[in-house]
Amino acid sequence: MIYNIEYETMPREALESIQLRRLQATLSRVFATVPFYRSKFLEAGLKPGNIKTLADLAHLPFTNKQDLRDNYPFGMFAVPMDNVVRIHASSGTTGQPTVVGYTARDIDTWAELMARALTAGGASRGDIIHNAYGYGLFTGGLGVHYGAEKLGASVIPVSGGNTRRQVIIMKDFGPSILTATPSYSLHLAEAAEEMGVSFKDLNFRFGVFGAEPWSESMRREIEEKLNLKAVDIYGLSEVIGPGVAIECHEAQNGLHIFEDHFIPEIIDPDTGQALPHGETGELVITSITKEAFPVIRYRTRDITSLNPEPCICGRTMVRMGKVSGRTDDMLIIRGVNVFPSQIESVLMEIDGVEPHYQLEVDRKDNLDILTARVEISDKAFSDEVKELQRLSSTIENNIKETLGVSVSVKLAEPKTIARSEGKAARVIDKRKL
Amino acid sequence: MQAQQISIFLENKAGRLSDVTKILSDSGVNIRALSLADTSDFGVLRLIVDNNAKAEEALRNGGFTVKTTPVVAALVNDRPGGLHGILELLTKAGINVEYMYAFVAQSGDNAVMIFRFNKTDDAMAVLSENGVEIIDGEKLYTM
Repeated sequence: MIYNIEYETMPREALESIQLRRLQATLSRVFATVPFYRSKFLEAGLKPGNIKTLADLAHLPFTNKQDLRDNYPFGMFAVPMDNVVRIHASSGTTGQPTVVGYTARDIDTWAELMARALTAGGASRGDIIHNAYGYGLFTGGLGVHYGAEKLGASVIPVSGGNTRRQVIIMKDFGPSILTATPSYSLHLAEAAEEMGVSFKDLNFRFGVFGAEPWSESMRREIEEKLNLKAVDIYGLSEVIGPGVAIECHEAQNGLHIFEDHFIPEIIDPDTGQALPHGETGELVITSITKEAFPVIRYRTRDITSLNPEPCICGRTMVRMGKVSGRTDDMLIIRGVNVFPSQIESVLMEIDGVEPHYQLEVDRKDNLDILTARVEISDKAFSDEVKELQRLSSTIENNIKETLGVSVSVKLAEPKTIARSEGKAARVIDKRKL
Repeated sequence: MQAQQISIFLENKAGRLSDVTKILSDSGVNIRALSLADTSDFGVLRLIVDNNAKAEEALRNGGFTVKTTPVVAALVNDRPGGLHGILELLTKAGINVEYMYAFVAQSGDNAVMIFRFNKTDDAMAVLSENGVEIIDGEKLYTM
């Protein structure tokens, strides 16, 4: 099934003409209303009128996450606050999180995109959707929720956590579609097993999983353990939230990007040069319909490639491959974005702790486990074990409070953590993604 | 009056303890008493040695985190109730024992115990007032 046949199967030529029109309108608007974009364009010697073709987009400067932080909280909004009806913020960033806003029309657009995505994932009007994405500042929960309602499905806004209750709801309400992070879905499977509930006896047909990287082998595990067909969804709050791209359940081979709302590019992350279709690089997205928070050439830091081949599902929109990594050192721990530098600033604030640390991420029982090895200094060292344990729990609590992720701290002997070897030495990711 | 103890931070991994003993052995430092407190992740090794300065320098050069802590070495009657009598005195005076361990050598009919108190000076005063003999650090290191 395709939710919006007209747009989702539009011939390329017609699609590109819509893209150009919408791009030009977006550029004129941000040039007039967002000082950041105005000065960036002028610095590059460009005015919106200079962008005459889609290829001209490549002349415009990139927008980075730091630019959004620098304009915290509302500096990048392109409409007056009177017209903003919703605010979300990115998860787990120290100091300045990324704040995004939506007009009523943006919320409609988002709901439409999520209705398309859920349909591509196998949902339709008669389905009951068990939505285990977190509700709140995180865009996952409400994004799916509005899409499900737009589609006319019945949505259970169960949100994250309280896993045993979720199993009871799955058993009693008989939902047919599961939306969750892939790691949480496996956690649900285990909890169900412990409670003597088999997914074979449940009603699920499809699952739409995203908000964290996952592999093909994890897909097979999820499909087997949850007895459903699993599709990948992509999105980020800076662009709109979930619903930027979706895999169709027919092919399960690449995620269709909704190009009537977003223009994707793949660039070489080092040179910034655009790469041709098929080559792997960093995904850059320009929004062309958003009102409150348009982004121009936003660097997602996600590594993927674009595939323009026609798809068996009938959608004409280009497909991006599963995200295979990041161009920065951001980690996604249980759906929360974590930068090693944030851990560093927490450590710096604790008296006597050296900013020498190493993060290790692993997945145990399908949940991400973050361990931080932190070198102990002479100043922080005590001959009493209880003082050292107090120090580890202070570090653990401060990290949890600031970043929103649980971490287990292991104190390390001085100079046992590699120095000046760049990002790689800071992070050991043992998850098999 | 008080004695100095050297404490060393050790990660729980094979061979770390022998790294310490090797460093001390190579620098000719003799271990007089020791205690090891451990958790699942790390341990704290506490040592009374015959030459603190030498031991500390060698261990630091060997990359260890080292700290010196004042402790009290007291003579304990080597008979039932000997240790209890001392602990009772301290409890009455509101002094906590953070940890304690036994010294290798004996002194006549007495055992030697190493104490780490929350209030070192107060503890020494209580013990002296009550006739408990405290062994001076310099004497202890070469006993």
